[in-house]
Amino acid sequence: MDALDVTARIAAVLLAFLILPLLVGQTEHKVMAHMQGRVGPMYAGGFHGWAQLVADGVKFAQKEDIVPAGADRRVFQLAPAVALIPYMLVLVAIPVAPDGGVVHAIDAGIFFVLAVMGVGVLGSLMGGWASANKFSLLGGLRTAAQLMAYELPMLLSAASVAMAAGTLSLPGILGVWEWWWLPWQLIGAVVFFTAGLAELQRPPFDAPVADSEIIFGAYTEYTGLRFALFLLAEYAGIVVLSALTSVLFLGGWHGPFAGSVGWVWTLLKTGVLAFGVIWLRVSYPRLREDQVQRLAWTTLVPLALLQIALTGVVKVVM
Amino acid sequence: MSRPVFGTGLAKGLAVTLRTMTRRSVTAHYPDAQPELPPRSRGVIGLFEENCTVCMLCARECPDWCIYIDSHKETVPPAAPGGRERSRNVLDRFAIDFALCMYCGICIEVCPFDALFWSPEFEYAETDIHELTHERDRLREWMWTVPEPPALDEAAEEPKELAAARKTADKLTAQAQAQAEGPAEAPAEGQSPSQAPSQGQSQAAQSHDPAQTEPREGEA
Repeated sequence: MDALDVTARIAAVLLAFLILPLLVGQTEHKVMAHMQGRVGPMYAGGFHGWAQLVADGVKFAQKEDIVPAGADRRVFQLAPAVALIPYMLVLVAIPVAPDGGVVHAIDAGIFFVLAVMGVGVLGSLMGGWASANKFSLLGGLRTAAQLMAYELPMLLSAASVAMAAGTLSLPGILGVWEWWWLPWQLIGAVVFFTAGLAELQRPPFDAPVADSEIIFGAYTEYTGLRFALFLLAEYAGIVVLSALTSVLFLGGWHGPFAGSVGWVWTLLKTGVLAFGVIWLRVSYPRLREDQVQRLAWTTLVPLALLQIALTGVVKVVM
Repeated sequence: MSRPVFGTGLAKGLAVTLRTMTRRSVTAHYPDAQPELPPRSRGVIGLFEENCTVCMLCARECPDWCIYIDSHKETVPPAAPGGRERSRNVLDRFAIDFALCMYCGICIEVCPFDALFWSPEFEYAETDIHELTHERDRLREWMWTVPEPPALDEAAEEPKELAAARKTADKLTAQAQAQAEGPAEAPAEGQSPSQAPSQGQSQAAQSHDPAQTEPREGEA
């Protein structure tokens, strides 16, 4: 791997990281609007408001960067970066196409990906604690509780796939993937996707940011670019979660003509899942804090354990 | 009542949003597309100056006192020699302050001479509140935007003016027919001529009721 190759790969990750979340954000604007009988942004950029998020970015960049007087300055300022950068790191390990279509294949890919995604949630926790604001603190603590509750079913369902494949490497999993894994790992897929939604604090699991009860949770005191980074982290999280779900459970690049257009399949599956994330947001009301916890501990964890048992039985029998 | 199957509500929710997405949105693209206003929309009030007699009814009935009228009297020389001089009101100023107006339409209802009309135009916002007092030239400009009155319902009663005019016309034709056929009544055409005059007579008899006087007034 020479320097040029490394640069090209890093540039590709950066490009994907800058474009895909904005694409998801714009899609959310438009899809959510049409699902509510509206048309969404129409003016920015001229054609159906395609440049709305660019305009938003310009607006955020112009705003004053405020740090509250009582805030823990360094932690407060660092938090958005902690929330955002892990998702970029995760993108490095996600295989897009067969035969080396991954920026950097990691042997313990699942471990790396899940661990780093967990770090991303720490950003909200840091912001919530450092803001010196009771609403931020409430939001931060809810984030922490949600992270604790949903990391477990997420790990368990991912472990089920690792068991089935006999490897922790993401390209390795895709290498041995067969179509009948779809029904076999269906429960795990649902659990993984739901738990991922909860970790991203996307509706209906947005109790930590619940703008109608605790203002905006951990992000209450943030303005300008730092706030924009938090928002970007949310959309990057959607991309990463959708990509990861499609790689682990939907077969990633597998599909007709996978050899030449494998990356299209990956992108397509990721896009469909991202649409699902938006769709769920529009359709469902927010879960109460106790409902969030109950869903994790009484439904998702048992389901994930059931999936592991199923995987084990099938694996032994075959 | 049986317990609903788990998940039907969740599926219904998803179906509703998906169905809404496939339908046309209800957004009104106002500045790009003009709204379709219902008939008799109350946008602005137009003044048809020629009909105004400065009777001041509108200004007095206005709940907001937003109509300003100035006038003076002029003496008109007698129409015929030896006649009496007449005095006439001349309008000097007619202004409506749309900053005060509450669009109740009482002035339009109360005007006995049909000098005020509703226009559906509504785009006259100003940055200075004083500009919202529309003087008579501006009110006259609005007059040209007054639409024709909407057509009546299919089953609606005929307007009185039309009914009266029709009655008069029928009566006149009946008279003319009666005069034309009266002298030349031939026995050869057995039934039809005897029917026609009787019809005309009955119509003429009908039009002798008090309603007959209405068109006369209109003509005068």
